[in-house]
Amino acid sequence: MATVFMTLVFLADSYLSFLLLLFFTFVVAGRAGRPFGHSLRGIRPILFIALFTLAVNSFAVKGTPLSEYGILCHITREGIEQSVRMVIRLLLLLTGASILTSTTTPLALMDGLAALMRPLRRLRVPVHELAMMMAIGLRFIPVLLEEGGRIFKAQVSRGAGFTSGNPLQRARSCIPVLVPLFAGAFRRADDLSTAMEARCFRGSAGRTRMKTLEFSRADVICVTAMLALSAVLFCMEFVKM
Amino acid sequence: MLSIRLENLSHTYQRGTPVEKTALHNITLLIEPGMFLGIAGRSGSGKTTLLQHLNGLLKPTSGCITFNGSPMDGHGMRDLRRRVGLVFQHPENQLFEETVCRDIAFGLSGTGLSPAEIDIRVRGALEAVGLGETFLNRSPFELSGGEKRRVAIAGVIVTDPSVLVLDEPTAGLDPRGRRELLDHIVALRRERGMTVVLATHDMEQMARHAEQVMVLENGSSALFGTARDVFRDVGTLERVGLEAPRITILMSKLKKVFPEIDDGIVTVDAAVEELKRLHRRQGLRWRDHDERCARGSVCCREFGSPPVGPQDEDPDGDGIYDACISC
Ligand SMILES: Nc1ncnc2c1ncn2[C@@H]1O[C@H](COP(=O)(O)OP(=O)(O)OP(=O)(O)O)[C@@H](O)[C@H]1O
Ligand SMILES: [Mg+2]
Repeated sequence: MATVFMTLVFLADSYLSFLLLLFFTFVVAGRAGRPFGHSLRGIRPILFIALFTLAVNSFAVKGTPLSEYGILCHITREGIEQSVRMVIRLLLLLTGASILTSTTTPLALMDGLAALMRPLRRLRVPVHELAMMMAIGLRFIPVLLEEGGRIFKAQVSRGAGFTSGNPLQRARSCIPVLVPLFAGAFRRADDLSTAMEARCFRGSAGRTRMKTLEFSRADVICVTAMLALSAVLFCMEFVKM
Repeated sequence: MLSIRLENLSHTYQRGTPVEKTALHNITLLIEPGMFLGIAGRSGSGKTTLLQHLNGLLKPTSGCITFNGSPMDGHGMRDLRRRVGLVFQHPENQLFEETVCRDIAFGLSGTGLSPAEIDIRVRGALEAVGLGETFLNRSPFELSGGEKRRVAIAGVIVTDPSVLVLDEPTAGLDPRGRRELLDHIVALRRERGMTVVLATHDMEQMARHAEQVMVLENGSSALFGTARDVFRDVGTLERVGLEAPRITILMSKLKKVFPEIDDGIVTVDAAVEELKRLHRRQGLRWRDHDERCARGSVCCREFGSPPVGPQDEDPDGDGIYDACISC
């Protein structure tokens, strides 16, 4: 679902379709019990990037200048338009992602993925294990980030510099952080697998679930809404051309 | 020589978010050259946060920190970090080079020292933490936890800092390893006249080495003073969830029997001296470890407990009393 939404966000080009998408996100956010404003607040740090994009794009894109004089002659109409679109796109993407992660637990996400990929099992793809790996990966992102931060601090206080020199030197200066980080990650993975085996995990064979996913009415509504949205957007974007 | 002054320093993590957390609250502290300062406090009381301010890894949210009277920012930072060596909690997780030698030398890269000089310094640092030269060419990843810890500490002292900050350096080491590590640090301090700031949960350690102790409670300073004064305040210690050293507790129990015992005893050595003094005051003869009491029970043989009891309780007149303090 999210993927479809993302594709749509990139497809959309006209203001009208953006309006529609915004409206859609708004409604979904409301239904999900997370008011739109709330999701927006969660992405406040991104706003800086958004503003930066806005600024750069306004200058960089060629087109008709706003005016002949002063600084304004560098800013083009097309530039502004494009950057506004870019920013809206960014915001939509992020709110979309934040709605997804705040309504769905990684576990449910993983089960959903596994269910979607089930047909692949015919081709002997270990679907369950793949999904499991993805879920574990997701779970460990914040852990690794935190650990990376800690190691970074430790190396800095040993006198490491990370901000000077040519690109090669800079890349080199990452080694003191990356090596311990990987070593830690491997150690963690090792511990985790031991812990899983200690709890008798042996892959998907013969595994039952405590909570089975069911295709409910809400899901039907969701899928329909998504299909409808895609259809409408397709028409809006392509038919007019 | 570097003196560090903290004035009304507060630090809030993730300020402005719903999960903001004030980890330090109005800390005022002067770290003078040559001082041995202990930082005590329960888990989460803000020890690490405080220590990370000392070399500029964290910036105070309010209040200020000055180094030799001047605030530090930007350019001087890297230089400052060489003068204030910070050993992190679990420093063994920061090793990365192929050999111990190169890992220790990491802190010296970019200082412009000649390879020969670097080699001398690395050997010196390794020796200072009590590891032999055989370690130089081993991989840091195949050492034991305690050895890794020492290598990591060597990697910090190799830059010859004038302030050495240690965040729970002995956590997870065996008793002897703990003592040895601390002894090495004390020796280093004596040799180089370093200032040492040590955060630890181990009160015995604190009592034995620290001259000044700051006790943190939820980010505020609950107690500050000499080790003697701090550990005497058993009430406050208990409130913040710490325990005075065992020997202090023992002596305060003895005090109930012998009221003239000093209640500010924080180390075993001081306790022995105090007991000797007490003996003399009562006109008793003090016997050292190698003289055993008449019973010579296991406790006497193993621990060499000093004998107590008046001289006239020595019926056979051989100068050995009937029982020692523990029999
Ligand atoms: N990066 C961070 N973000 C948010 N809160 C933090 C962060 N680091 C520490 N804290 C919080 O600040 C408080 C003090 O943490 P700190 O690490 O200084 O404690 P500590 O005394 O070193 O504990 P320990 O003895 O367990 O090492 C804790 O309540 C902790 O939850
Ligand atoms: Mg800590």
